[in-house]
Amino acid sequence: MAAVMPAPAASRILMSGNEAVARAVWEAGVKVAAAYPGTPSTEMLEVISTYPDVYAEWSVNEKVSLEVAIGAAYAGSRAFCCMKHVGMNVASDALMTLTLTGVDGGLVIAIADDVGLSSSQNEQDSRYWGRFAHVPVFEPADSQEAYDMTLAAYALSEKYQVPVILRMTTRINHVKALVTVGERQAHVGAGFKKDPSRYVMVPGNAGKRIPLMFKRDGALRAEAEQSPLNFIEAGSDRRVGFIASGPAYMHVRESFPDAPVLKLGFSCPLPLEKCRELAAMVDQVVVVEEVEPLVETELKAQGIKVIGKDILPLQGELAPPVLKPAIARLLGEPVDASAITIRPAQIFPRPPTMCVACPHLGVYYTLSQVRNLNISGDIGCYTLGAGHPWQAMDTCVSMGASMGIALGMDKGRGEADKDKRIVAVIGDSTFLHMGMQGLLDMVYNKASVTVLLLDNRAVGMTGGQDNPGNGRDIHGEEAPRIDFVKLVKALGVKEERVHKVNPYELPTLFKTIRDEVKVPDVSVIVTDQPCVLIKDYHKLKPYEVQEDKCTGCGNCLDVGCPAIHVTRRGKQVKASGREVDLAFVRIESSVCTGCGLCVQPCAPDAIQHYAPVSPITLVKKGCAA
Amino acid sequence: MSGTTNILVVGIGGQGVMTATEILAEAAIALGHDAKKTEVAGMAQRGGVVSSHLRFGSRVLSPQIAPGEADVLLAFEAAEGLRWMHMLRPGAAALVNDSRFVPPVVELGLYDYPADPVGQMKAAGTRVVAFDATTIAQELGDIRLGNTVMLGAIADQLPFSAEVLLDCVLKRFQRKGEKVVELNRQAFAAGRAAVGAAEAVAA
Repeated sequence: MAAVMPAPAASRILMSGNEAVARAVWEAGVKVAAAYPGTPSTEMLEVISTYPDVYAEWSVNEKVSLEVAIGAAYAGSRAFCCMKHVGMNVASDALMTLTLTGVDGGLVIAIADDVGLSSSQNEQDSRYWGRFAHVPVFEPADSQEAYDMTLAAYALSEKYQVPVILRMTTRINHVKALVTVGERQAHVGAGFKKDPSRYVMVPGNAGKRIPLMFKRDGALRAEAEQSPLNFIEAGSDRRVGFIASGPAYMHVRESFPDAPVLKLGFSCPLPLEKCRELAAMVDQVVVVEEVEPLVETELKAQGIKVIGKDILPLQGELAPPVLKPAIARLLGEPVDASAITIRPAQIFPRPPTMCVACPHLGVYYTLSQVRNLNISGDIGCYTLGAGHPWQAMDTCVSMGASMGIALGMDKGRGEADKDKRIVAVIGDSTFLHMGMQGLLDMVYNKASVTVLLLDNRAVGMTGGQDNPGNGRDIHGEEAPRIDFVKLVKALGVKEERVHKVNPYELPTLFKTIRDEVKVPDVSVIVTDQPCVLIKDYHKLKPYEVQEDKCTGCGNCLDVGCPAIHVTRRGKQVKASGREVDLAFVRIESSVCTGCGLCVQPCAPDAIQHYAPVSPITLVKKGCAA
Repeated sequence: MSGTTNILVVGIGGQGVMTATEILAEAAIALGHDAKKTEVAGMAQRGGVVSSHLRFGSRVLSPQIAPGEADVLLAFEAAEGLRWMHMLRPGAAALVNDSRFVPPVVELGLYDYPADPVGQMKAAGTRVVAFDATTIAQELGDIRLGNTVMLGAIADQLPFSAEVLLDCVLKRFQRKGEKVVELNRQAFAAGRAAVGAAEAVAA
């Protein structure tokens, strides 16, 4: 995307939390911003990349992105880094020592927790990192606060030479609300000042920095006690007072408009005196925090009497329908029955599906046809391969885990797996993120695993971001492109065990997989067709079902393409006496892009179009290399 | 909170649900309201369920509409209307595009699509206004106009004039030329007319 003219100062704009942070990052004069895409954090970097005068990059993983930001901050420039909650697990190796060196230019790390699990593998609470790494944590409650707190975080970061965590949640990142924006303030870094005692963390130096970190904790706590980001709203109904942060604060205000509330915006280190002040005002204190009882546990340890997860759930959002009945019960009041009795209609689920003509359809259709496999999977669109109709993925844990888990499944075979073939499935971006090391480990330790490396030239699940595998940078401009075949060979996979296959050519894909799983070695099969949502994909003429030819065999439905619809069902008694279900189909021509996958398993050749085109031409000229 | 209007827009990833809600939010803001818009959208781009919440008024706190508190439900697909009708206040209206998008799990025979989603909603006591936005859009020459038909459908159910919403819709298409603007103007009018006609029949 080309740089856009930023909205003028004092404009009131409808912005998501992500857009608000991006605006503040630009206004703060940040010089370097880096991230790896991850829902719900992705749009922060996407939007920053459209602002002028900021270097923005997609990094290969969150750890590298944090290190890039650290380097810029060491050089005295302001830096920004963002990630989804699980990204910090990857980046934490850098964080835990960064806290000892501190920074020179301001460094803000925005971490997006997926409270409610809209698109993640777990619901971990990133506020722990503040306690673990002894760094301050800010928690915005809406877009305006996300903007304000980002600016405040840079000031605090430079005052104490400490990185600041901005803890967001899906309900901040993706909610759009009004934000009043300001002017950009240029920030010029002083340059890197060499100081090995601070920046070279060998034991002798690190040992001297640790007491400084603890001293800083005290100063930050005093800062939190005075911070305008932590404030008490006195309220008139003193039966219950609340301590709340993030979106939970808005839910508390919505549910209990007259209650006293201590709103925590600067929540780590915890302002204990402020908490005591609230406790003295009310009969009982309820801590409302998403997800873990961090504040609650700390206050209880201080002897401050509070209630928290005793009456509130440890999982999910603390929205009014959760809060109101819990507090009514606490006060011995009748619970509003409607909150409990309103239930959604029980109808079919509508899980996310792979796109029409997705190249992964060919891979999962094929895997579902090969027997005797244990398939370790990974994180991306292709995780959907665990679902219907393919059910061709057996594990999904963390980024790149398909590699190590496959190796472990191979070496740790139980009695039932003695003759199983082990397959690992991983996407291009996930492979570059954290899969390469696992593949190297497999080669080094002589695994018997077949790796399917699905190169669709995009970080598909988060919206098709560019990566080192597709030869474009964050602005869509040309960048060096990794050659996956050369890369896996360089990692030690034997020449004859590496295959590049077009996933739309089902017979070739089937034969290659079936042959390679029999070889007791590490094989890599690279599929090479682009995500249908990116510009490299080229649509072809739609297919249609010849109604008179369709026999209702349903083979095409096993491909799993959402463009195929059943028109009528029937039953047939085979010669053997076995009764089989028939499903006659049509193809929704307005969405079919002519990939030809369903044509191949069609027994009666009922799927046709006027001018058949070879699947190989699916890729535009110039993109095929 | 009294004084806050709650609009729930639901459908399937890729139908333009989130954009429609954003345009509604822009209209509310143009009139000086505070507004918050939020989605429960799993992996929305991939054909999953999308429900988009818009709340506006003098000051909006929680962005989420609680079950039983939506003032109007705008459903881009019939079964999705049924899925979300419990969010409506008693007596509030559901505006439902009565066309069906059947997901692969139904095609595979794992689940059934309800025989008559709109009928089921009515039987449950919901005030339903059903119309076929998809066909209306196709008749206007472009299925992508369905989004504007839906916004036209809700235009007379809002606490502000339909013209304000129409302005916000057309502003989106200004850069695409007068022809596109005109088509959207027609689609908006057709959506309003469809709801008006359906309500007249019901009354």
